[in-house]
Amino acid sequence: MTELLFVILIGLFFAAAVYLMLSKFLVRVLLGVVLLGNAVNLLLFTAGRILREVPPIIPAGHDVPVALTANPLPQALILTAIVISFSFFAFLLVLVYRAYQDLGTDDANEMRVAEPENTPGPPTGY
Amino acid sequence: MAASPADLSAALVLSPVPPADWFVVLPPAWCLLAGSVLLMLRKKRRLQPLLAIPALALLVLFDALLFAHVLENGPVTMVMGRWLPPFGIAFTADLTGALFALAGGLVALAGGIYALTDIDGEGRRYGFYPFLLLLMAGVSGAFLTGDIFNLYVWFEVLLIASFGLLVLGSERRQIDGAIKYAFLNLVATTLFLIATGYLYGIFGTLNMADIALKAAAAREWLPLMTLAALYVLAFGMKAAAFPVNFWLPASYHTPRIVVSALFAALLTKVGIYAMMRVMMTLFPLEREELSLLIAAAGAATMILGALGALAQSDLRRLLGYAVISGIGVMLAGVSLGSPGGLGGAIFYALHSMIVMTGLYLAAGVAGRLAGTFDLNGAGGLHQRSALFSGLSLMLFFAVSSLPPFSGFWPKVMVVKAALDIGAWWLAAAILLAGFLTTIAFGRVYLLAYWRPAGAGRPAGDGRIPASAMLPIAAFAALALLFGLLPEPLLAVAQSAARGLIDPAAYIRSVFPGVT
Amino acid sequence: MNSLILRTVAPFLTALMLLFSVFVLLRGHNEPGGGFIGGLIAASALAIYGIANGVSAVRKALWFHPMSISAFGLFLACVAGFLSMAFAVPFMTGLWVYPVVLGVEVALSTVMLFDIGVYLVVVGAIISIALAMEGREGEGP
Repeated sequence: MTELLFVILIGLFFAAAVYLMLSKFLVRVLLGVVLLGNAVNLLLFTAGRILREVPPIIPAGHDVPVALTANPLPQALILTAIVISFSFFAFLLVLVYRAYQDLGTDDANEMRVAEPENTPGPPTGY
Repeated sequence: MAASPADLSAALVLSPVPPADWFVVLPPAWCLLAGSVLLMLRKKRRLQPLLAIPALALLVLFDALLFAHVLENGPVTMVMGRWLPPFGIAFTADLTGALFALAGGLVALAGGIYALTDIDGEGRRYGFYPFLLLLMAGVSGAFLTGDIFNLYVWFEVLLIASFGLLVLGSERRQIDGAIKYAFLNLVATTLFLIATGYLYGIFGTLNMADIALKAAAAREWLPLMTLAALYVLAFGMKAAAFPVNFWLPASYHTPRIVVSALFAALLTKVGIYAMMRVMMTLFPLEREELSLLIAAAGAATMILGALGALAQSDLRRLLGYAVISGIGVMLAGVSLGSPGGLGGAIFYALHSMIVMTGLYLAAGVAGRLAGTFDLNGAGGLHQRSALFSGLSLMLFFAVSSLPPFSGFWPKVMVVKAALDIGAWWLAAAILLAGFLTTIAFGRVYLLAYWRPAGAGRPAGDGRIPASAMLPIAAFAALALLFGLLPEPLLAVAQSAARGLIDPAAYIRSVFPGVT
Repeated sequence: MNSLILRTVAPFLTALMLLFSVFVLLRGHNEPGGGFIGGLIAASALAIYGIANGVSAVRKALWFHPMSISAFGLFLACVAGFLSMAFAVPFMTGLWVYPVVLGVEVALSTVMLFDIGVYLVVVGAIISIALAMEGREGEGP
């Protein structure tokens, strides 16, 4: 049952992320990317099965966990993914801000500095 | 509750590790080590290349030793922290991975040498060499890892390093290109992560050999087709396959030319390698189902790439489209899946790494000599330096897949494999793309090299530095060598393809007990 | 931020949090904690100092450039992996020594070295991002 709730939540996250990413304004796209990262983290969490929330810590004097614990691997994966998406978010935030300063727009359609419109084609004759 | 010592002998490596196994982890680990030292010495501009170029030469040496070891003994595996797979992260190198890693190392060394002239003090202060070594850590790690989540992590490492390289100098057009590159690549790696999350949910393991075993055992009732399609989309985006390739021509012409060369040689090939590894090892049956889709995407990629190259007047943007066109041939090889087709794709990928690097570096020299990258204005390069003109012509022939250069043989292999299964349209697309590429590069030679420098045309710097000439000459010579003597590399590529098609040796290297 | 209370408290708070971050780092092997979370605590300590006294004060207090701190952490983590080469065990295997210092047995391991590396990488990376966003003289992305 919990899984179903999670699945619906993940679906909503993905829908919102895709909707935001379809915008032409970079700030919205950035927010969409952040939402997408969170949606994937939730997905990884659910894919690792939702178990009783006992932290997977082995008590002193034991070599193996004594009781059923949560699966630690998805948490490690999510931690990695969070770190990566955080650093990308930081980089993209600075990049979008720089783009706004240097190019004077955050509209992706107007960013044509690298690919200017109406460039002449290659010469057709020698 | 009594504390009972658990028996961990089944989960740990207990026998001493032979020194040769270290070659599997050395390339990425060495790059990280050297990269961290260079990052600490960021301010020492003069010292940077003096440390970085020997470090890259050592990387090539490690890659070559790994390749020799794998060629002799078959796939090698090393596990991290003594934990046996599937618990520990495994690094597994088979022939394909070792070949790609070796070619990548060569490209990085050439880039490091060329950067002596291309990257001035400003760029070095921003850390070209540290980022180059971190990029190589990501690239080598992606080629050599045996764990799919680890593959994702290496993708991100190389992506972060490539962001750093892309905005080196912070020009306006670089920021524009970086925005498109960064967002679309981030979405691609996120798709990869989504697919990996589902994969973990299904199999409960992330080791690729383990997944291959489990997928082969219980194939009928698993939603593998969805996963395979997601992976094709994610890796296709990384590799710049047709409907999802628009980030490449938007960004590859903006950074320093040596950075473009490294990107063109390495980043898309990592995507192709990942597609080969995942589709061949994990989802062989699903790949067959999807082969028509991959082949159609490949055909569209190569034709539209060649047409894009024809329509460009800026030399660097033209080269970006040539990269895309080459990716199409590799996709065609992956879609065929036979030893001939896949071997051709591997051979073509290696050829493309070498030749695209050489071409971008040559374009850098051409732009410096002519004072412009625009074909409308350039001219007279042959008069300036006949040697450089000859080397460029060799590379132009190679990228157009004309004999006797390295691009010819892999295309023959892929075309023959396509005709063998009756896919004449795929063979026709490959030949047509080659024809169009020949026209595009023939025109470049005619206009920028052969045409005399006109009165109104700008003149650039007259000299060609040795550090720029050396890598171009070396790669042109390699292209000629593999064109004249293709037999050894052909055999190796085919044996690498057979290793991908039948991953039994790969799996045995991870799980020695499995027959 | 121009607040007398914050500026007075910030040095003490920063010192306390840095101390706590080292405690969390060293606790990490057998108990919850470790280099990553310790690094985050240290980075927030320096961020508080930066909010109170400005970016240049943090740069001066750090002495090393944040990127160099990160690089040194990466270097330590790599060294921790390479040490296992000398003992013919796979990369990154935990190796332990128990020297007796002043009559107390101290457990040192490559795992701890790796964790210290993670700590430094996190501190350096987060601080350099924070300083780049906070101050105008940031070096850009």
